[in-house]
Amino acid sequence: MTAPTTTRTPGRVPVGGGTPTQPRSRQSWRRDPWRRPRILETVTWAYLAWSLLPVILAIFMSFSSGRSNSTFQGPLTLQYWVGTGFEGDNQSLFRDPDLRSAIRQTFVLSFATMALAVPFGVAFAIGLDRWRGRPASGANILMLMSFVVPEIILGVTALYFVLYLFKFIPLGTPAQLMALVTFQMSYPVIIVRARLLSIGKEYEEAAMDLGAPPKQSITRALLPLLMPAILASLALVFADTVDHFVTVAYLSGASESQTLSMKIYTQTRGAPSPAVNAAATFMLMSTSLVIALGYVAYRRYSRGQADTGMTSFTSQV
Amino acid sequence: MRSSESLEPTKAERRRAKRAAAKAQSGVWYPKAYWQRFATPGMLWMLMFFVVPFYVIISVAFGTVDPVFRSPLPVYQPWWWSFDAAAEAVGKIFGPFRETYIRTFTFVVISSSVCLILGYTVAYYVARFGGKRRTLFLILLISPFWISYLMRMLAWRSLLTDDGYVNQILTFLHFPSVGWLEGQPVTVILGLVYGYIPYMILPLYGFLDRIDGALLEAGRDLGASPRETFWKVTLPLSRPAIAAALVIVSLPMFGDYYTNNMLSNSPRTVMIGNILDDAVNTSGQGPEAAVFTLVLMVILLIPMLYYLRSTARELARR
Repeated sequence: MTAPTTTRTPGRVPVGGGTPTQPRSRQSWRRDPWRRPRILETVTWAYLAWSLLPVILAIFMSFSSGRSNSTFQGPLTLQYWVGTGFEGDNQSLFRDPDLRSAIRQTFVLSFATMALAVPFGVAFAIGLDRWRGRPASGANILMLMSFVVPEIILGVTALYFVLYLFKFIPLGTPAQLMALVTFQMSYPVIIVRARLLSIGKEYEEAAMDLGAPPKQSITRALLPLLMPAILASLALVFADTVDHFVTVAYLSGASESQTLSMKIYTQTRGAPSPAVNAAATFMLMSTSLVIALGYVAYRRYSRGQADTGMTSFTSQV
Repeated sequence: MRSSESLEPTKAERRRAKRAAAKAQSGVWYPKAYWQRFATPGMLWMLMFFVVPFYVIISVAFGTVDPVFRSPLPVYQPWWWSFDAAAEAVGKIFGPFRETYIRTFTFVVISSSVCLILGYTVAYYVARFGGKRRTLFLILLISPFWISYLMRMLAWRSLLTDDGYVNQILTFLHFPSVGWLEGQPVTVILGLVYGYIPYMILPLYGFLDRIDGALLEAGRDLGASPRETFWKVTLPLSRPAIAAALVIVSLPMFGDYYTNNMLSNSPRTVMIGNILDDAVNTSGQGPEAAVFTLVLMVILLIPMLYYLRSTARELARR
């Protein structure tokens, strides 16, 4: 085979020809098949700048001293994070009673959702993977469905369900939790099933051949192998719940069940102060922290197994 | 004990034989209905809180309204459903709300096309030429997922306000400043593209990264230029991935109301999601909101089913 080599030396001559022209004209640059894709590269970096700079600016704005969250005023302060003594509604994130209750509600919902959705989802995934019947494939379709249906539809259906049929579930934390668990369950199911496909049945069967009863073959052989996937889905469910907005807003009752994301929404539509930016930054910090923790734990647990590393973690996520 | 003459195996025997065969095949034996026990709690939960709510929505849509409190009275028996109110609401879609529906489709088509062109370029570059910096690129591409959608809209709102940095730059360059947040379709489209493009890039990247390099080399061996290889090999190969990614970004756009509310909040850019949201928040419009929800569901059913089928195929291929 005389396939052209795949080295990307600039100026290398294409198949079939000629000598490399040393003083490269524009023409030869255009003809060079191994040239660096400068246009694509520029577009990519421009996209990344466009996608991240506004957010970085918004983070920066939470440390501004001025009242506006659109023009930065130095010096850098923490007054919109922890400051006291504002007049009117210009309060700081950790002092304003409303924002504090929103922080509490956000974390309560996230941890509770994580604690319910992940165990349910993991068991569901194991069951679906092994039980190849008609109900199982129906359940699988439902799962994927809850993944693609627009949030507003899920929000309205959940709201009317609670308002008119399951009236004993009050609006507020219980209703929010019910909906969040329902819609977050698909993450562990999808992630764990992908993992189950790749590990196969052999380890469990080996455990059972060595005399483990079915229950132990699950707890001692299968679950440890699933640990990376479980951790990834824990991190994912937490991060996604913190950012959740539509369903949580529809199902909120009194003001105590307002979350940080709802506060950001209502205040942005009004006259936002840098405290809103602080709230958003705080949300970002907590999700990043959980994702980072999840990644570290993922690395620890998947040590010695194939496909570790950032790429596989992110592909799980 | 069965008599030795009868050669037909009994039911119990047949079952035992089946189980033995299953054991011989897989090497182990699980108790009866073992895996079902794992799936049942999740399944019941999904039935109760995902399927039943859709039935409630239908019952509200075809139900009646309390004459005093104007609150919906859902009717759960299909034979008592009345379709008058629903027909009236659907009539509104072709009447006063027609423009909104057309506008929504226009916005979604434009935004998802921009997402596709920009997203494909970025995904292609990272997949083919990412090289050593691939991990860095991936982290940067994924990070928008961990930034709350609302925060990203908040960021643009601060940039685009009257005295925001965008207008400051425009004034500095002696252009007139623009009221970006006063109901500009461009702003809403920008918001939609900005909000949903990460969902476009990652699946496309995942697909482009898996394309067998041998196919591209074959194209080159057969004399195609890099450009021809792209148009004749890479792009046709990625057609299913493109379709799936388009569905992923356009579905949430159809139900989006917050982008509009945060970046424009003007009747000039109202979308389907806004009508629905307004109906839910207005008392007395419960059945109408339910009908709008069902209509949206019906509109989106085909793309959703397409997506489900393509993921099922994808799973089967692996």
